[in-house]
Amino acid sequence: MELTKLTACQAADKIRKKEISVPELTYAYLDKIIELNKKIGAYITVCGQEAEKQADIVQKKFDKNEELPLIAGIPAGINDNICTSGVLTSCGSRMLSNFVPPYDATVIKKLSQNHAVLLGKLNMDEFAMGSSNETSWYGQVKNPWDPERVPGGSGGGAAAAVASKMACFALGSDTGGSARLAASFCGVVGLRPTYGTVSRYGLVAFASSMDQAAPVTRDVADCAAVMNVIAGYDPLDSISRDSGYEDYTSFLENDVKGLKIGLPKEYFSGAVQKEVKEKVLDAAKVFESLGAEIEEISLPLFEYALPAYYIISSAEASSNLAQYDGIKYGYRAQQFEDLVDLYKKSRGEGFGEEVKRRILFGTYVLGAGNYDVFYNKALKVKRMIFEEYQNAYQKVDIILGPTAPSTAFKIGEKTVDPLDMYLIDAYTVPVNLAGLCAISLPCGFDSSGLPVGMQLIGKPYGEGTILRAAFTYEKNTGGNGGIDRGV
Amino acid sequence: MAITKEDIERLADLARLNLTPEEIEKLTGDMETIINYSMNKLNELNTDDVQPMEHVLPVRNVFREDICEQSFDREDILKNAPEKAEGCFLVPKVVE
Amino acid sequence: MEYEVVIGLEIHAELATKSKIYCGCTTEFGGEPNTHCCPGCIGMPGALPVLNKAVVEYAIKAGLATNCEISHYSRQDRKHYFYPDLAKAYQISQCDYPLCRNGYLEIEVNGEKKKIGITRIHIEEDAGKLIHDEYGRGTFVDYNRSGVPLIEIVTEPDMRSSAEVKAFFEKLKAILEYTAVSDCKMQEGSLRADINLSVRPKGQKEFGVRTEMKNLNSIRAIVRAVEFEAKRQILELEYGGVIERETRRWDDVKGESYSMRTKEEATDYRYMPDPDLYPIYVDQEWIEQIRATIPELPDDRKKRFISELGIPEYDASIITASKPLADFFEAAAKESKNAKAISNWVMGDLMKKLNDTGLEPSDIPFAPGNLARLVSLIDENVISGKIAKQVFDIMWETGEDPADIVEKKGLKVVTDTDAIRSVIIQVISANPKSVEDYKSGKTKAMGFLIGQIMRETKGKADPQAVNRLLKEELDKL
Ligand SMILES: [Zn+2]
Repeated sequence: MELTKLTACQAADKIRKKEISVPELTYAYLDKIIELNKKIGAYITVCGQEAEKQADIVQKKFDKNEELPLIAGIPAGINDNICTSGVLTSCGSRMLSNFVPPYDATVIKKLSQNHAVLLGKLNMDEFAMGSSNETSWYGQVKNPWDPERVPGGSGGGAAAAVASKMACFALGSDTGGSARLAASFCGVVGLRPTYGTVSRYGLVAFASSMDQAAPVTRDVADCAAVMNVIAGYDPLDSISRDSGYEDYTSFLENDVKGLKIGLPKEYFSGAVQKEVKEKVLDAAKVFESLGAEIEEISLPLFEYALPAYYIISSAEASSNLAQYDGIKYGYRAQQFEDLVDLYKKSRGEGFGEEVKRRILFGTYVLGAGNYDVFYNKALKVKRMIFEEYQNAYQKVDIILGPTAPSTAFKIGEKTVDPLDMYLIDAYTVPVNLAGLCAISLPCGFDSSGLPVGMQLIGKPYGEGTILRAAFTYEKNTGGNGGIDRGV
Repeated sequence: MAITKEDIERLADLARLNLTPEEIEKLTGDMETIINYSMNKLNELNTDDVQPMEHVLPVRNVFREDICEQSFDREDILKNAPEKAEGCFLVPKVVE
Repeated sequence: MEYEVVIGLEIHAELATKSKIYCGCTTEFGGEPNTHCCPGCIGMPGALPVLNKAVVEYAIKAGLATNCEISHYSRQDRKHYFYPDLAKAYQISQCDYPLCRNGYLEIEVNGEKKKIGITRIHIEEDAGKLIHDEYGRGTFVDYNRSGVPLIEIVTEPDMRSSAEVKAFFEKLKAILEYTAVSDCKMQEGSLRADINLSVRPKGQKEFGVRTEMKNLNSIRAIVRAVEFEAKRQILELEYGGVIERETRRWDDVKGESYSMRTKEEATDYRYMPDPDLYPIYVDQEWIEQIRATIPELPDDRKKRFISELGIPEYDASIITASKPLADFFEAAAKESKNAKAISNWVMGDLMKKLNDTGLEPSDIPFAPGNLARLVSLIDENVISGKIAKQVFDIMWETGEDPADIVEKKGLKVVTDTDAIRSVIIQVISANPKSVEDYKSGKTKAMGFLIGQIMRETKGKADPQAVNRLLKEELDKL
């Protein structure tokens, strides 16, 4: 039995049946990391010893027949923008290449309390800014399906690790689609929770109004299981709310009868790749055959989400990243003339090009004279888009579309013109902007054998519905089988 | 709208970013593209009667009670500091 | 030409909360550097702010006590600039939607009453502290103060003289003390003022170009800075110069302000609503709850002191300007039957002691009851007024009860007429010249003889008895 092929739920079952042990499982993953990480580059930091230690502790608990949460003993990778006490948290940036937080993010506390085994910290686009994992200071993550291609971003490390069996599941983040996009390019499952569902405390801020940690998993059931652990109100995050869900796995029902699924015509026209479009429409047919009602809808504001998103996220990023000044932690330039020079050189050398581009853009849109034209305008457009989705959900329960306009593209293919890269996010950002939830899951392969991802978008706190639909699709199409063909 | 090298230099100054001449060159073009794309696109929409939306959730009044909690050990506060002395972060002389 | 000075103030007051505005670290003053810190208040990646409810309540209280309208909707914004004491490189403050607006305070200068407008009061966080290294290593940064809650009170440019500024500032300080919104310890930086000042020819409508002086932390410094800067600007204009819009630093030692070299580019703070914090909504019910907790304010107390305790208006306004002083006075007056005498002691010897020692009214080293008993000792003729001053000095040093002091030091008035008479006879026989003078009608001689008698009795003889007996003895001759 190849232990790393098990999903979290399967592994949990076998651990309880004493068919496998937690240390066995953990070693299997650590071996996989040794075997593959050089090639894929998914991990920035591997916590081998700590993982082994934790595995032993958890196994002892199992041996004493303690009742433990489902993810106890399950080895997981953590995005490197989630603070881990005593472990480097770099955000894929030179700026934080020496930053060791003195505290755990709330989601890490929750994983620890649930006795998960943390394997290490995962590579990502610098400060989660990117769609291809090409902006990391720690190098390119390769797509396990084709090492010449990008794994998607910003959570390339998370998706690639889960797809290539270097982690049973991963905790990524999703500000503009990072988790979903990478999941779609790597053929795994990624869920963007409704804003406020998962505490942001300890998740290094990119665009605060949209940041959420996000599970990246092998299948839908694992996704629900991880949500059970990480969701919940946290008094340390003013934004966080109680979503009202007690058990996300209770929605794992094989039933979409009567479910109204909307296909926005705007999602299927324009830049979307023909093969991607076909696969997603095939999925719609599957839903229809299972008793769901498919309805074409229109979301005319779709094309405005991207510019609004870039204005808002860059503005917030320029603000959030101001604190990296080479004084309290992080990179400080070796030589400088005075304080201002220290700031400018530390930031100039510590940040990569994409981050600088967004800081400049964010600084511009907040600047005197530009605020109303750009930032405030974007906030107004945000409301219009929010209302458009609210209206759509009067008619349908779920919106179905592609996660990305294409499958994984070649490394370097879109690095010349930043707009080319930004357009990759066109399908994911409306969800973040309008405070919706969405799950990306594989729905087949293109002719080059690359996974295609589709996205089920739910209304705020609609996680139950999208999990149920995703689960049903998975159950009726041979599950997540495809990803086993990874590297 | 045309974006000049000087515009970029001014922004970089405000954001305290040192840029190489090559970066300035590249970013000037990039910024012009992004600024014009986003501005032109959003200007297609009439937003006169729309209220800006800062938060997607209609929540207000989130508070904590005025209770003191244990602060962090100074060692942990300072351990990542590039330069420190006498229990403080150390920076080059600040001239007022 | 005659000029008019136009002054507006921006006053920062540290709120009296136990914990910081966005984290649970203590607001206590002092402490080893960087020991009142957490990831939140030093701006560490991933940390988030959660607003302290008491901050909102204190700010509303300050607003109500200064006749402000309380905004139902208010918001927190980020104000961006780079400076080592600003941990996050932005300060969470309030820009377009402050908590309080459109208030005023009434002041009185030279008997004239005047309203000074308060534009707004908003909440914000304080910055850390920079300490310059004497050994030239650079500047130390201590974030203990980072995140301590402040209110910023912005006035209209309604003041026209240093006297008005002083009156306004003292009034505001008293209100903040009375409401316990701030401890107002100026030497600890709990209360500090920025002064915006311009001058214009009398009669001109438009304002002149204004300068700003930041972080004045004593009333004396505020008054001197206003006077210096007004004079400087007038002289500048008189000699054909122009006033530059700039920030100036007040040097309290030299007693002058100097330019801080205006930066070429105007600062662009890039305000934006803080996405980490939800808006604050204050409904009428909450406002009324807070209003109910506001104690008697200085103006009302002053009126009550005049009407109930019968002290002069001038004394009442001086005493009520400081809450601890008014508390002290009121406690003493309540215990004594002679409020007027208490007020005289407070206005005289007590104020002088405070001035001489530089102590605050909250530091008066004896209990109000002791002053009340001191006054009773005089009123009951146990000690003379002169002796009372000695007793007061001892009370200040030791905090002892005045009756004990009098007892211990044997300062009681001598009323034994035989004893006094024998001293008088002795003095008369020792000063025949003065007796002769008295007999020939020089009444001054009487005073000299009394002085001699008081000296012999060490001031303890009952003055009335001395007067009466001396006359008797002289008349016998
Ligand atoms: Zn703190």
